[in-house]
Formats: sequence, structure tokens, C-alpha cells
Amino acid sequence: MGLLSKKDTNLILDPLADNNPITIQVLGICSALAITAELEASIVMSISVLFVLGVGNVVISLLRNIIPSKIRIIVQLVVVAALVIIVDLVLKAFAYELSKTLSVFVGLIITNCIIMGRFEAFALANGPWRSFLDGIGNALGYAAILIIVGFFRELLGSGTLLGIPVLGDPIEKTYLYSLGYENNGFMLLSPMALIVVGIIIWIQRSKNQALIED
Amino acid sequence: MEKRTDKNSYTILFAVAMVFVVGTLLAAAASGLKERITENKRLEKQQNILYAMGVNDNDERSATFISTDEAPELFNQYITKQLVIQDGKAVEDTTAYLIDIKKEKTLAKEDGYSRRLPLFVGEKDGKTYYIAPIRGKGLWDAIWAYVAMDADMVVLGAFFDHKGETPGLGANIKQRFFMDDFIGEHLKANGAFKGITVAKGNADPKNNNKTDNEVDAIAGATITGDGVTAMIKSDLRLYVPYFENLKTN
Repeated sequence: MGLLSKKDTNLILDPLADNNPITIQVLGICSALAITAELEASIVMSISVLFVLGVGNVVISLLRNIIPSKIRIIVQLVVVAALVIIVDLVLKAFAYELSKTLSVFVGLIITNCIIMGRFEAFALANGPWRSFLDGIGNALGYAAILIIVGFFRELLGSGTLLGIPVLGDPIEKTYLYSLGYENNGFMLLSPMALIVVGIIIWIQRSKNQALIED
Repeated sequence: MEKRTDKNSYTILFAVAMVFVVGTLLAAAASGLKERITENKRLEKQQNILYAMGVNDNDERSATFISTDEAPELFNQYITKQLVIQDGKAVEDTTAYLIDIKKEKTLAKEDGYSRRLPLFVGEKDGKTYYIAPIRGKGLWDAIWAYVAMDADMVVLGAFFDHKGETPGLGANIKQRFFMDDFIGEHLKANGAFKGITVAKGNADPKNNNKTDNEVDAIAGATITGDGVTAMIKSDLRLYVPYFENLKTN
């Protein structure tokens, strides 16, 4: 590959599976619980994190040699918060509808530990290009889990996908519901997100035993 | 050897510079974009009010406002009167829709202040709509609504919105399946104001019974639902004297 060396490619591919931020690094669990009751919310959150982590990693990486180590966490927080607020303001002015969809995610993005985690673990020690790739890779790995969890929670909890009914009408009892199938309302509650993530972790580690820690 | 960036003086200098740069950046962005943002909010209020009286671009499932370009014109066309009710007197005021409900509610907590209550009167297809804005608390942050009623306080349409309810759960109060349940519901029972309760374990999930003062709750959004119940009870009650006056005159 011309643009990406093998090491660079790994920066993007590793977090998708064997170094996944959610299932392996256990970062970003809180937002994975909070917003995965619907597939659409999962996708919106994934795109937001992709943007913030990509740009944020580059900014931190560029500043890495001048950030005082004693207050580096505060500096990281300020960078994320400023970035998110500016994006939010620009959207409010020029894409108001979109900003309303995103507004509930703003707080969740700032406090998302994936972002702080990657700043701390990667961007502070690497150049901007590699940090950018790391940010994109980790955001995609995060997105993959979010979308899988969102898919199952919405399908089993509400019988819809992206808001469109796919299993029939639960009140009129058509299609699958005419056979006695019921939506599992429990899937909509946060604990079920943890259980779905747990099942993903279980499957992933039983396929790749090297991931199992002592 | 101590690194340059470990020195206390450097740390303090960096912190001061950072606050200055970021503060300037945010202040510049906020004040530079303020005008556009205020204008967007103004148009949104018009869209909300029109939505509640059924002037919207809804297709079968989604809740869609009329476009922002059309909003001012349609607002003038459909909304025939804007009233401000204070101390039981209703006065016409063409900027009533700009009244900040949040501010009014805070002021009303102090003694001697009686709230200004905006009410919008709309005409569509020969029917008169009375639209009242209400505001309350959800789970995480503010929730609000525009409720359109007829003279008997039967709901003709409602638009709900929220600042930060959980996506997929509480945030669903702005979905059609929730908002449309309110249409036709009676706010009064036996002539007295009762409100509408967002009820769990509702015996009427298809919402066929419009006089039970209940709509079906959203699973997993108990607190948001309770917030909706509470704001309907507390805020719409304030309009009862106006509607009673309407009857006697």
C-alpha cells in the first residue's frame, strides 16, 4: 500500500478486533450502555466519536512536546471539550436540525473514556499522522461494537431496525407476533447492553485464546 | 536533569496561555454565531407551534416540521391571535411566542410575580386551536411541549421535545408513536381539570379510550414519562381559568 506502511495499517486494523477498545481495552463502556437501545443512536454516536477522536488525537500529538506532564489530563479534557463545543456551535448555526440530533451526545462524547484513553496511551507519544490513524482505528473498533449491540437491542427489544418494524406489528399481532412472539422490553434497559457486550467478549476470546488474561 | 516542561513556572504559564487561547476561541465562536443561532431558535418555535396544530410535513411514520423557509409565512397565516395571560387578563401580543418559559417559571418562584402565560390561537379548516407551551423536568434535563387544544380542553395535537433524554428511551417522547397518542385525549374529567397521565401497565395500549386521561408509557423511560405527566398537570392547569372564561362569554 502506497500511503500506509504495514505498521500504519495495523494501527487501523488492530483495534477492530484483537485490540478492540471496548472488548479488550474496556474503554467507552459507559456510552456503549447509554445509547445502544437504538441502532440509529449507535451510528450517530460512532460518527461523532470518529470525528472527535481523529481530530483530537492529532491536536494532542502536535502539542505533545509542550504539554506539561503535571497537568496533561486537564489539557486533554480542555482540548476535547473545546473541540466538541465549537463543533456543536457551528452545527447550531448552519445545520440546526442535525445539531438537535447530536446535542444529547455532546456530554457523552466529552466524557467518553476512549477519547481520553487514546490521548493518554497513544497521542502523547506518537506523531500526528500515526495518532490520526490510531484515532480512526479505535473509533472504528468502538463503532463496530456499538452497532452490533445496537442492532440486537433494537431488534429484540422493539422489533424494529432504524425505527422500521421488521418483525411485524406487536399490537395488531401480525407476522412473527401472530406466532406468539413478544418483544423483550428488558433489552431496552442498560444492563442488557452489558450482557450483550459480555457475550461478544466471550465469543471473541473463545475464538482467540491468546486474548485471555490470567 | 529536570525537563523544561516539568517546571512549575512552565506549567502555570502553559495553563494561563491555554485558558486564554481556548477562552478566546470559544467566546469568538459563541458571539460570532449568536445571531444565526437565535434566528434558528426563533424559526424552530414557529415550527413547533405549527406542528402542534397539525401544520407539518409528516409522512406515515416520521415527525417532520414544515421547512424553515415557509415557517414565518405559514405562522402568520394560521396563527390568528397571540395572547399573553397575566393575572387572569388576556392581552394580545405579537411577540408572545418569544416569551422564555424557563425564565417565567424561575421568576414565578419569587413572591409577587405572576407568570406571563403565552397562548396561541390558530384557525385551520374552520376549527379553532388553542396552543399552550409547557415545560418541565425529564430524567437528565429539561423537557417541553406545545399542546394544541380545543375550547373544551381536548388535545388536538402535541409536540414534545427534550434537551438531553436518553436516546432510544426517554428521547422517544418526540417520536410519533408517543406524541400521536395524545391526540383526542381529554384533559378534563367530569368538568374538572385532571391532566393526562403517562401510565405504565396501561390497560389500553392501543389508546382507544380517549376519556381515561391516560396514555401508554414508553418502556425504560419511567422518569421522563413522569416528567411529562407532571408538566401537563402543573402548567396546563394554569390555563383552566382562561378556558372557563371562554365558555361563559
